[in-house]
Amino acid sequence: MSEKTKVDDINRNIYDIKNKDDYDFKIQNGINADIVTEISKMKNEPEWMLKIRLDALDMYNKLELPTWGPDLSELNMDEIATYVRPKSKLNSSWDDVPDDIKETFDKLGIPEAEKKSLSGVGAQYDSEVVYHSIKEELIKQGVIYTDMDTAVREYPEIVKEHFMKCVPISDHKFVALHAAVWSGGSFVYVPKGVKVDIPLQSYFRLNSPESGQFEHTLIIVDEGASLHFIEGCSAPKYNKVNLHAGCVELYVKDNAYLRYSTIENWSKNMMNLNTKKALVGKNAQIDWVTGSFGSKVSMLYPMSILNGEGAKTEYTGITFAGKSQNLDTGFKVIHNAPNTSSVVNSKSISKDGGSCTYRALVRIGEKASNSKCSVSCESLMLDGISRSDTIPVNDIRNDDVEFSHEAKIGKISDKEIFYLMSRGLSEEDAKAMIVRGFAYPISKELPVEYAVEMNNLINLELEGSIG
Amino acid sequence: MNKLLEIKDLYANAGEKEILKGLNLNINKGEIHVIMGPNGAGKSTLANVIFNNPVYTKKSGVVEFEGENINDLTTDKIAKKGVFMSFQSPEEIPGISGMNFLKTAKGKIIDKPVKIFEFKKQVMEYVEELNMNSKLVDRNLNVGFSGGEKKKNEILQMLVLEPKLAILDETDSGLDVDAIKAVSKGINLYKTEENAILIITHNMKLLENLKIDYVHVLVDGKIVKTGNMDLVHEIEKNGFKEFKRKED
Repeated sequence: MSEKTKVDDINRNIYDIKNKDDYDFKIQNGINADIVTEISKMKNEPEWMLKIRLDALDMYNKLELPTWGPDLSELNMDEIATYVRPKSKLNSSWDDVPDDIKETFDKLGIPEAEKKSLSGVGAQYDSEVVYHSIKEELIKQGVIYTDMDTAVREYPEIVKEHFMKCVPISDHKFVALHAAVWSGGSFVYVPKGVKVDIPLQSYFRLNSPESGQFEHTLIIVDEGASLHFIEGCSAPKYNKVNLHAGCVELYVKDNAYLRYSTIENWSKNMMNLNTKKALVGKNAQIDWVTGSFGSKVSMLYPMSILNGEGAKTEYTGITFAGKSQNLDTGFKVIHNAPNTSSVVNSKSISKDGGSCTYRALVRIGEKASNSKCSVSCESLMLDGISRSDTIPVNDIRNDDVEFSHEAKIGKISDKEIFYLMSRGLSEEDAKAMIVRGFAYPISKELPVEYAVEMNNLINLELEGSIG
Repeated sequence: MNKLLEIKDLYANAGEKEILKGLNLNINKGEIHVIMGPNGAGKSTLANVIFNNPVYTKKSGVVEFEGENINDLTTDKIAKKGVFMSFQSPEEIPGISGMNFLKTAKGKIIDKPVKIFEFKKQVMEYVEELNMNSKLVDRNLNVGFSGGEKKKNEILQMLVLEPKLAILDETDSGLDVDAIKAVSKGINLYKTEENAILIITHNMKLLENLKIDYVHVLVDGKIVKTGNMDLVHEIEKNGFKEFKRKED
């Protein structure tokens, strides 16, 4: 009686537009000291940066692959080019960006978004940033928003003080790899007391097959300042594995506020092994908003380290895993000071055999008296072959805390589907409505144009009403 | 044609268990029918089977709507033909506002986009008639609603979707006097000579202010007696004992 129905995969057509792999330079596949040195030389980097890279390479060779979590055996570093220079210099006008690259960003809506709702934009294509701009009035207020290579040249003292300090190179194997071969990314400095009301956005596009993207994002929001930073990522699909091992280091100084939003829509041949951390000062706050839709395998656990008294963090995340996707995501928070608080609201949707894991760490240290942490995670499975797991680690070392953890894993309800169908919605529409409703508490936190994008992404275009 | 619903010799199962055992029922335009019966007689099953709830299986017999066999139509297509059911336990749908839901459902039923301004105005008029809290339509559909609010919300949906046949499955159960009054007001607001209502109920209160045409007694999967309001009074006095005995 009931028709076979199917919630479609995320609509990826605009993301899958491939440009010709027409690079200016692509380094040989694999990783060794020569390759690392060559990348550094091409960038005319100072000696101290080359030293960090080579130390990191040593560390990379020493560290083992993580033995927990998704299977990474398909990733063969010998087949990955760690550096691909696009045929474009860094431009400050879209008109100067080569047509094929500009067209990609046009289709992704980046220049349009810049006009409408952003105060600065960075766009990276493969290993290099091809476009960067910031509104004049922010420059006057002392705000710096530029690509990382420029930052190394022009603000070496700030970079030296902060680069790979929030995330040490020994953190895990892919952080070490990142530090050895990093290229591109954004640098932001917001001076004391400056409130940046309109968001800055960096967009990362990996076009070249069998390659990796290793952008580095370094953001310092000085005392009493505030910023909303948005990052977007996508890539067309190839048959061979691509690797993304970015690193995000965020410094949120006393009384400062940072909102860090991410929409990740890598293609399904991508290993997304990304690292993000924030150091949060006294009465400061970092809010993470994350939508993870793409990639074959993701291991991504943004981390807030609440070092200052009264520091706060909120994590709002949604993960959508379809066929052959294994998305292992979550959040880590370390409470290191009194009166700190954290709120986690995580949702996941899995379908067609996709697998979502919520993996998390909450640590409340001895010094963190009168701290609060509340965690809620919910998973929705759209069929009987998909997976959903919740793996929380709670390490509470102080009695004077309020801690709550709520986890809910469930299959989409046949009763709800019947109820909606009795009001004239087809089975597909009913499922789509339930999923949209499930995702709503997260999608409403995204910037407006991204909320629309997310609805397109979740875009439960359904097929199969035969009969 | 006046004929709306015609059920002929219907047998239906829930899993292995036979629940409807040769049920016949005709409902014409302009009529209000009441089905009463003891617990487990198959009253709610009947409502669900008409709507092709996949939990139940029709074994034999025919359900026709306006002369068309709807045995094999999916639930949404039956709804689009003009059948509505007020649920005994309406589902809660998080993240979807009541108004958004009404608008979507109305659009599906009439098969064209609704004009949002007029539509909202109409909805709010009904909300007032039903003495509902006007904020409820902005909240997530049924989430955290009291029992009474959920039932009123079902009646609101009935008014908005304007079905030809409304099946009210124990809409009055668990309601206080004021809520029953509001529901009964909603029913009178909805009722015309062009549509019909099938009320499944245990008790009298809801029926007091309605003009009932037929009362059916459903026992053990079959309609064993049909009459008028006098039958309701009889049952109120003597219960279903007499009908059950007949079955034995």
